[in-house]
Amino acid sequence: MAERRVRILVAKPGLDGHDRGAKIIARALRDGGFEVIYTGLHQTPEMIAETALQEDVDAIGLSILSGAHMALFPAVIDQLKQRGITDVVLFGGGIIPPEDVLELKRLGVSEMFTPGATTDAIVEWVRTHVRPH
Amino acid sequence: MSKSKAEWLAARYPRDADRLERFSTVSDMDVEPVYTPDDLPGWQYDRALEHPGEYPYTRGVYPSMYRGRLWTMRQFAGFGSARDTNERFQFLLGQGQTGLSTAFDMPTLMGYDADHPRALGEVGREGVAVSSLTDMEELFSGIPLGDVTVSMTVNCTAGTLLAMYLAVAERHGVAWNRLGGTIQNDMFKEFIAQKEWISPPQPSLRVVVDMMEFCAAEAPRWHPVSISGYHIREAGSTAVQELAFTLADGIGYVQAAVDRGLDVDSFAPRLSFFFNVHNDFLEEIAKFRAARRLWATIMRERFGAKNPRSLMLRTHAQTAGCSLTAQQPLNNVVRVAIQALAGVLGGTQSLHTNSMDETLALPSEQAVLVALRTQQIIAEESGVTNVADPLGGSYAIEALTDRIEREAAAYIKKIDELGGIVRAIELGFPQKEIAEAAYRYQQQLDRGEKVMVGVNKYIVDEGPPLELLRVDPKIEREQAERVRRRKQARNTTRVQAALTAVREAARGTANLMPPLIAAVKEECTVGEIADIFREVFGVYRDPAWI
Repeated sequence: MAERRVRILVAKPGLDGHDRGAKIIARALRDGGFEVIYTGLHQTPEMIAETALQEDVDAIGLSILSGAHMALFPAVIDQLKQRGITDVVLFGGGIIPPEDVLELKRLGVSEMFTPGATTDAIVEWVRTHVRPH
Repeated sequence: MSKSKAEWLAARYPRDADRLERFSTVSDMDVEPVYTPDDLPGWQYDRALEHPGEYPYTRGVYPSMYRGRLWTMRQFAGFGSARDTNERFQFLLGQGQTGLSTAFDMPTLMGYDADHPRALGEVGREGVAVSSLTDMEELFSGIPLGDVTVSMTVNCTAGTLLAMYLAVAERHGVAWNRLGGTIQNDMFKEFIAQKEWISPPQPSLRVVVDMMEFCAAEAPRWHPVSISGYHIREAGSTAVQELAFTLADGIGYVQAAVDRGLDVDSFAPRLSFFFNVHNDFLEEIAKFRAARRLWATIMRERFGAKNPRSLMLRTHAQTAGCSLTAQQPLNNVVRVAIQALAGVLGGTQSLHTNSMDETLALPSEQAVLVALRTQQIIAEESGVTNVADPLGGSYAIEALTDRIEREAAAYIKKIDELGGIVRAIELGFPQKEIAEAAYRYQQQLDRGEKVMVGVNKYIVDEGPPLELLRVDPKIEREQAERVRRRKQARNTTRVQAALTAVREAARGTANLMPPLIAAVKEECTVGEIADIFREVFGVYRDPAWI
């Protein structure tokens, strides 16, 4: 039986309205053969976790440029745990200082893509690190 | 006798020796290897151009330009608490800045108080936290509001913030008709690019026009809208799209005000603009010149404006944030200097220069000082301020000006054919054009067709990071606590009456500004007023097009 396509949720947590990067990544992933669900802006951690559950996604890409990442990424992780979602790969991008990247990886984010990362690199990373569950 | 350009290109231009397949601007506009009079057939100064300060203002809005007055040096600033930002304001004014520009945090910009669950992690991060009038008073403590012009970058909560500012001015004893400054209040571009909204386009437009009408009568020196292209460009648009969508937005506001019965000359002189200054030096200078020419023509021919000041496109400019790199951040000083110079040669009235550390944080004091000095060095040492529109008459600049004007006019016509800017926004037309341009640019970067020095070329092992500005998380707790205490200390009856008056005005057609001003004086908060808008005008949800 053929493996189903990998499903990726691209999400914008918090009040941040900068969606240029998230939309480009969503499109690049879609063009790269993945099923992509884009949440749109202004999502609460609860909304993101709920969508992840409903859409049965394999990975979540969180994009945040407003400086609120140290509150919002952990909150998303917590909301996923509360729904019993444990096998979703988390990655992220945006304006995240290097020391925060280290801390977020400790908390369970597999990779962070910061300014200068190419879409090819991100798509390839997803291809190698995310399997359908 | 020299050949025609076409002959010269055919006979003498060594095309096989070109370094690249294409030579195009950052907006992907192909440019010529050289420009000659052949690129400007029939061009004559008297018909095609005009002196500075003469319709259609291609060469600048004032006859003497920077000999008469330098552009306002206006660094965008704001973080943490009102006290923190007040300190930064005083620092910048002390270092020679000539106008203030206020950045608010996301909760303030989106209509949430610091104690709201949606404000989690966001208080004081992207700008200063303002939940009620007391914060606004602290923010402008010791600032002579009658003498300094203040800009406030806020949009869907602009009515509330302007009401607070007017209340503070009153308490300072400054009459509203002395207040000079700007509130961004450009909702069309929010739906298109910056994406800070509460309610859908139509009711959002109503609030904007209320503020235009109120200010025309009560605060005639104040700019109630800053029609912006900066954010459109940051979202990934081309220079032509930036210009076209901005002017289309402007047309939308003018039309809405005229439809309400306002005489165009009663408000048009206080419309202001805000453009990006991106990397491509020639394209940007041409864009500013095309902007002035196109707007003047629109105002005179489409709207019949008579007052020359209604025809003048006066603009603030900011160097392109999206062009900065986290890698080798000192290089950003160079980028900003080139961009700032383009803005000045483009004839801007006001300028913000980005700081070198802004890819990772808000500007540190050291970094913003270099950015301010960049402007001061251009003003005092470069000599370009001695001459108005010094690049006017350059074949390249005139040809690019004409071309950008033509292409922007075509987009504006397209938007007219769609039924105007509100309809175009509902259809997603500008949003999709921008997303397409952004994707194309990213592909060019990924393929190395466009270069970002330090990112896809001339890469190094990065050295120790810069000292970045960090916003103390305790500010969020403190601000939330302050808001809670203030809410408890208020006169509940008066607060409820004030909010009811706002609700009634929102439901009807009365101008919202008077009840907003009365409400903020009772310490009604940004969140409480935004909740009324949510209730009465509805909540807009991101269509989430990819």
